Amino acid sequence: MSGFTDRVDAALADPILKIAVERTAGTAEAKRAIAVDAFPDFEAARTRAAAIKDHVIAHLGPYLEQFEASAIAAGAQVHWAQTADEACRIVIDICKAAGARTVARSKSMLGEEIGLPHALEEAGIVRVETDLAEHIIQLADERPSHIIWPAMHKTRDQVSALFKAKHANPHVEETIAAMAESARRELRGAMLGADVGISGANFLIADSGAVCTVTNEGNAELSLVPPRVHIVTAGIEKIVPSMPHAIHMLRMLARSATGAALTQYTTFYTGPKLPGDRDGPEEMHIVLVDNGRTKMRAEGLAEMLRCIRCGACMNHCVVFRQIGGHAYGGTYPGPMGAVLTPALDGLAPNRDLAHACTLNGKCQEVCPVKIPLPTLLKGWREKSWREGLEPTSMRWGLGVWAWVARRPALYRLGTTVAIRAMRLIGRNGWIASLPLAGGWTKHRDLPKPAARSFMTQYQQEQRK
Amino acid sequence: MSANVALFVTCLVDVMRPRIGFAAIRALEAAGCTVVVPQGQTCCGQPALNSGDRPHAVALTKQTIEALEPYEAVVVPSGSCAGTIRCHYPELFDDDAAWQSRARAVAAKTFEVMAYLDEVCGWKPEGVTLPATATYHDSCSGLRELGIKAQPRRLLNAIDGLSLKPLSGAETCCGFGGTFCVKYPAISNAIVTEKADAIDTTGADLLLAGDLGCLMNMAGKLHRKGSKVRAYHAIELIAGMGDGPAIGEEA
Repeated sequence: MSGFTDRVDAALADPILKIAVERTAGTAEAKRAIAVDAFPDFEAARTRAAAIKDHVIAHLGPYLEQFEASAIAAGAQVHWAQTADEACRIVIDICKAAGARTVARSKSMLGEEIGLPHALEEAGIVRVETDLAEHIIQLADERPSHIIWPAMHKTRDQVSALFKAKHANPHVEETIAAMAESARRELRGAMLGADVGISGANFLIADSGAVCTVTNEGNAELSLVPPRVHIVTAGIEKIVPSMPHAIHMLRMLARSATGAALTQYTTFYTGPKLPGDRDGPEEMHIVLVDNGRTKMRAEGLAEMLRCIRCGACMNHCVVFRQIGGHAYGGTYPGPMGAVLTPALDGLAPNRDLAHACTLNGKCQEVCPVKIPLPTLLKGWREKSWREGLEPTSMRWGLGVWAWVARRPALYRLGTTVAIRAMRLIGRNGWIASLPLAGGWTKHRDLPKPAARSFMTQYQQEQRK
Repeated sequence: MSANVALFVTCLVDVMRPRIGFAAIRALEAAGCTVVVPQGQTCCGQPALNSGDRPHAVALTKQTIEALEPYEAVVVPSGSCAGTIRCHYPELFDDDAAWQSRARAVAAKTFEVMAYLDEVCGWKPEGVTLPATATYHDSCSGLRELGIKAQPRRLLNAIDGLSLKPLSGAETCCGFGGTFCVKYPAISNAIVTEKADAIDTTGADLLLAGDLGCLMNMAGKLHRKGSKVRAYHAIELIAGMGDGPAIGEEA
């Protein structure tokens, strides 16, 4: 039993998880379909989005340098981090230099990827998650299970109970509005009182040095503008050349994620407060994080760097819909996570992720930047095979099968024997339990094969 | 139309349900083709390819290319195997120009059987009658790699008495996924359970699809749950063999 299999079994045994995942992902799937149908030539828009990302990924260096120069010109400070630890250290140092006791954090998957929540806690800095779902996750002391809806695995009833247990002044009425109000009471003061605001970035605009965030709650704006310092942590692949490119990507992102034409709040932050500005942070720091991205680009995963973190692949994935996000075990779940996690956390402990996929191709079909996710997953399978990580039974089984399949005459003999053996076990057309195929017959019956193979019957007919 | 076509039987049809191969021959002959079954064929190599075992995948690919090269066209009663030959064979020879051009040549002339009958032959079944209601599952590889969606429905609509009922989630994977279903049986079961329920909900007499792997998965689940829905490869009905035993019924 692997860790993955254990997590899958736990997920499948949880009926509430299934309801919660189906509710959110099912709604997203339906809404996305409507939004895509209404969009004039979504296919051409996908092609353009992929081309924009491919262009910047092929020219990352020059665009990042342009971004750095533009951001500095706008008054921001730019930091470069090779690794997750380095990125966290930079953030903590900025917080300490600012004398920060409390930080307000606006949801960022990159922050999760580099382990920033944990690093802040270790540094003794109070962290307030201001995205509603991240707030729920923080109260429950869990990890996000989806990149758009971190708390999608929880039902409304579970959230209500959690708020009642943890909020200072919780809701009384069992309505969504009352629950949201309870979270607002809890969070608003913390946001306004924070010393530092930390966000990720949906896009970095090279020619203006702007950082774009999208939210539906307005929590990013409230977390990032009042504090004295704003820190952005962003993966280096978030770069786009200019505003028109960002706008195109935004149209793709919102529709693919939730089916909305645009998010409620779409904000571009360009530098800190300037003389004459009425508000804004005194300092703005942008930490550009590699954490394996240039390695991915060099090692056949450049297409994965197109990803704009919309979540459409997981919303439409038959496997994710059954097991939810936590079973994947990494920061990123679903098909995109199955490609990213082996790159971020190593292949050996994550080889299951590449295999736990039916290769049905739906994720690639809905991806707004046309990432060939099944092909990339098959790439991990090949690497796993080459590196000897696949189970011995699998290697032997496939080896023997392939050896026989390369000898057609012997193969015909083999199929004749296999058919006879299966027919001995079959009853009334079906096999209810087959040795070595328990994975099949535990859950479904296997049809009993015909008495003679196609090739045998065909040859006998040709001889007549 | 009198093409000299090779039938690539597929390993699953060869062992589990030869009727599908004979149905393909019957329909192709009715469409005016001369059908040959090359003896050098076994499996297209997909199990090795999808397991990451590139050396064995390449070996089986070369064997299959050699077996299929001499013919005008190659016809396959499976979207998944046809997709492997059409879309993935050429990808295996990035460093071998000679084999890559041979792979491309075979890929270009390989067709899924219903797409071939409909699009290349422009053929429809004539005089085939089957009073029944059926629902159709779009198997993923055929649908997304080869664009097979309208072709089987056009052919099935030419059968007298057969009415097609839409399947909710017809384009959603059934959970078969080749070795996936035995490597991760619990996930596969959860997926196919939903698929079987959706099939039952249609109230159709028959479940049709174009891939035996998916059909065995869905039919096996339907049988285990006690459903009365009977499953066939669509080509069996199209060839006028829909009155024979369904999957899992004794001849």
